Amino acid sequence: MSKKVTFSIGGIHPDDNKISRNCAIEVLPLPGTMYVSMAQHLGAPAKPVVAVGDKVLTGQVIAEPGGFISAFVHSPASGTVKSIGPRKDLAGNPMTHIEIEVEGDEWVEGVDLSDTLVTEIPADSAAILDKIKSCGVVGLGGATFPTHVKLNPGPQARPECLILNGAECEPFLTSDYRILLEKTREIIVGAAIMQKVLGGIRTVIAIEENKPEAIKAVKAALAELPYDNITVLTMKKRYPQGGEKQLIDAVMKRQVKSGALPVSVGAVVQNVGTSLAVYEAVQKNKPLITNVLTVTGDCLPEEKQHNYLFRIGMPLSYIAEVAGGIPETAAKIVSGGPMMGKAVANADASTVKGSSSILYLSEAFTKRGEESACIRCGRCADACPMGLEPFLLRRLYNAGDLEALEENAVQDCIECGCCLYSCPANIPLLDNIRMAKGQVMAAIRSRAKK
Amino acid sequence: MNSTILWTILILAGLGLLLSVVLFVVAKKFKVEEDPRIDEVEKVMPGANCGGCGFAGCRAFAEAAVKAPDLDNNFCPVGGNAVMSKVAAILGYEIKEKAPQVAVVRCNGSCSNRPVVNVYDGARSCKVKAALYSGDTLCSYGCVGCGDCVAACAFGALSMNPETGLPEVDESRCTSCGACVKACPKSIIELRDKGPRGMREFVCCVNRDKGPAARKACAAACIGCGLCARTCTRGAIVIEDNVAYIDSAKCKLCRECEAVCPTGAIHGVNFPKELDKAAVKERIKNRATVNKEEQK
Amino acid sequence: MDKYLVSPNPHTHSSVSTRSLMRDVLIALAPASVVSVLVYGWAELSIIASSVAFCVLLEWAVTRWLLKKPSTIGDLSAAVTGLLLALNLPSSTPIWIVLVGAVVAIGVAKMSFGGLGQNIFNPAITARVFLLISFPQQMTDWTPSPGFIHASDAISGATLLGKYSEGGVDELVRLGYDPNNLSMFMEIGGSAGEISAALLLLGFVYLLVRKVVKPWIPLSIFATVALMSGIFNMVDPEIYTGPVFNLCTGGLILGACFMATDYVTSPMSNWGGVIYGVGIGVIVMLVRYFGSYPEGVSFAILIMNMATPLLNKLCHQKKYGRA
Repeated sequence: MSKKVTFSIGGIHPDDNKISRNCAIEVLPLPGTMYVSMAQHLGAPAKPVVAVGDKVLTGQVIAEPGGFISAFVHSPASGTVKSIGPRKDLAGNPMTHIEIEVEGDEWVEGVDLSDTLVTEIPADSAAILDKIKSCGVVGLGGATFPTHVKLNPGPQARPECLILNGAECEPFLTSDYRILLEKTREIIVGAAIMQKVLGGIRTVIAIEENKPEAIKAVKAALAELPYDNITVLTMKKRYPQGGEKQLIDAVMKRQVKSGALPVSVGAVVQNVGTSLAVYEAVQKNKPLITNVLTVTGDCLPEEKQHNYLFRIGMPLSYIAEVAGGIPETAAKIVSGGPMMGKAVANADASTVKGSSSILYLSEAFTKRGEESACIRCGRCADACPMGLEPFLLRRLYNAGDLEALEENAVQDCIECGCCLYSCPANIPLLDNIRMAKGQVMAAIRSRAKK
Repeated sequence: MNSTILWTILILAGLGLLLSVVLFVVAKKFKVEEDPRIDEVEKVMPGANCGGCGFAGCRAFAEAAVKAPDLDNNFCPVGGNAVMSKVAAILGYEIKEKAPQVAVVRCNGSCSNRPVVNVYDGARSCKVKAALYSGDTLCSYGCVGCGDCVAACAFGALSMNPETGLPEVDESRCTSCGACVKACPKSIIELRDKGPRGMREFVCCVNRDKGPAARKACAAACIGCGLCARTCTRGAIVIEDNVAYIDSAKCKLCRECEAVCPTGAIHGVNFPKELDKAAVKERIKNRATVNKEEQK
Repeated sequence: MDKYLVSPNPHTHSSVSTRSLMRDVLIALAPASVVSVLVYGWAELSIIASSVAFCVLLEWAVTRWLLKKPSTIGDLSAAVTGLLLALNLPSSTPIWIVLVGAVVAIGVAKMSFGGLGQNIFNPAITARVFLLISFPQQMTDWTPSPGFIHASDAISGATLLGKYSEGGVDELVRLGYDPNNLSMFMEIGGSAGEISAALLLLGFVYLLVRKVVKPWIPLSIFATVALMSGIFNMVDPEIYTGPVFNLCTGGLILGACFMATDYVTSPMSNWGGVIYGVGIGVIVMLVRYFGSYPEGVSFAILIMNMATPLLNKLCHQKKYGRA
């Protein structure tokens, strides 16, 4: 057994609560109506290319990229476009959605829907990237950054190591774990495809120690498959191990300079889910319209927990209903993990490519305690994985001192929530720091423009 | 004993003399030549350093005013025309009189008008809350109620009304510095002309949703029906993005719009008499029939 | 529930709160407190009870009537201050002096600065020093009160450090102590908290295990005291006492483990803590060897409290990706 690695600064150890770990992935039936958001990814929203009344097939392009950093969006079902217009997203803010009245599941031509594993990788890297782009693949680790942009870091960049992120350090979430178990070989082929595009560099599949079965499965599959230079790395359990910068620190023992891209230290990080999407796009010609989502929470009995293969555009309320309704004791619904997920203000919001969970949290688990005075214990600074001093940043934000905030690296904050998690006085550190970060980033950008 | 006292006095006096010489030399040597008018202007400023003029404080304003070729872009909202005429006299500029203004909260989404659909559990800050989501009601345009404007007001003119959950402006204290306008992430607060004897008419809503959605979110929302704009004989009301706006320069305070508004989104304040809706409606009706007869 | 909560992330919180941290400190101090009650009897019990009660009541009164804010006694920090103050007083202290101490600790050192988190000086230490200067006679009368159990070697009148301050090493030898071979477990006369080094250390280990405090401050204090006294002792053992004597006597363990580590008044970074600890160690030894007071832990902590804001400014932790 090789030595377990982890990142070097800060971090916390919340209970991992992976209650739904043994729930196999189930396929969700299609609802009657689906609402596909144009903001499925980081960057500019996509532009609809269909009109009201159009007939669409499953997998057909219904929106094209709205900028350089943007992505294609495909129809999640076959049916009729009923409307195109604003609909409330997760946070209750209006965003353009394409409403599709579902009539069936008839796919566009040329998609391989079989389960046969295709291990032979196409020779032409440019064609692979093109395929990834046209299938609308985006990073599924949380940021939903368009994958083709990330895999094409430019002629100056020298990628050395592709890190496949299987940390899933967020408590409760088990979707990555389930695909690592059930789609092991597909994920490895996807990794091999990305490895090839990046020039055959060293590839590491990094998994936390609390998923021994996944580690075993990946090791076994690697022995079977004909790819070189792909290894598995076991990491200690620690949050936020799955953060890009922390993962690079853990795996490569290198730290990305403030404001620089990971590739500046030779690293390219992709989530295991993204790897699966890349496999399906390149080998099966299948656009990204599905992903796995965990329905879980501390107030949901184990037998009611699920890992679902969902299609984009399914309303969260629909999934909740299929899963057996919202538990009585739920006080907060979160989309994503309890550390970095978004609270659901609008339960009718529809799923997007990056949806990873519906989390039902009880009041005892999630309600914030009464804020009291800072006792200067320094726990926030100890927990910060970026080595920042949240107590100081909050003070500077309240004083409106942007200059000092920048000096103290507020722009490096990754919004992981460790500071607020560990504050004994329940001070809303991250809430304030996020605002400060926004202001400082805006100042940096306007300076760069000049 | 005497000699001790003597020495003490001598040493202290010597030290004082030495330091005063040093201070004198330093002051002479490092003297910064400044336009003396800056000090003069600063003296007539209110000295609140509120930043309402857009500068860091009264001194910064004075510096900018002295440098600028005219006073068109520099105005002290706190001191108003009285202070500005003094500044103009010092600098030898002419000023255009500005009508006195007051901060107006354009949201009437009180607890009774706007049903709450979720409970906010984050930092008590409008900025944080507004950046996170659309708010704890179905209206994504209205006041989020954490009191950033109250905190921003240096004159104690704003307070949260615990009953409505909305901020209220104390007009006698408001200096129209605009700090609250900047602090409000929802851009609800507007500086409006104070109007004759404080009387003014304004649309107390900024909801840009279509009628039914706006109505569903808030009983007092402007639903963009356009009744007020059609009633107004002065053309003072425009409807844009499903919300009405009254141009205070054109408004003659006839209060007809207020009377016809189906949701009560239009507010008239500081009028001596309460609005007799029926009478005003009757007046509009009569005028309409007269108009029709004339056309015939 | 029909209305769900909405907040920015994170959506969960660790179980640690100000209250739980303070409760852990109280638990850590419990064994030493119990033993001191057993050794010094009713007198000690009444001091501890009155000190804690006065401190908590005062804080409640100040928040209620002066600050007109919600009461903060629930965070237990006033109780910790009260207990620490009690453990710093001789068992013969009259109750009215305890009251004066509580007023200084809570009223002057804590609440007048704005309450928990705002104070510059550790409240319990401030009160102790105030009492020491104001009532030198009562505060240095270490005559042991009759206890519930027989305390073997408790000496009357003054502590070992007091004897040393009066008569040097000779005086200690005359009294039958080998200053270089003191047992950690013997009961050393002194303020209640000073008599049981082992139990205090046990409490500190509890705090370390519970991750309430970090070991750097106490370790650097102990290391500095040991090193300094070792060097001086080597130079002239006839004049200067040795490391073991200096580590085990006086309020060093109580001060280093429980009062120098006070969150509010100690530096927040690890390196800041080390510098702070070294400073305390040096000042303690200077006072003990050359000062007119027999004991200098309180003064040392107070002086280094003043340096804390500066150390917080100077020492930052290592940031990711910034060399």
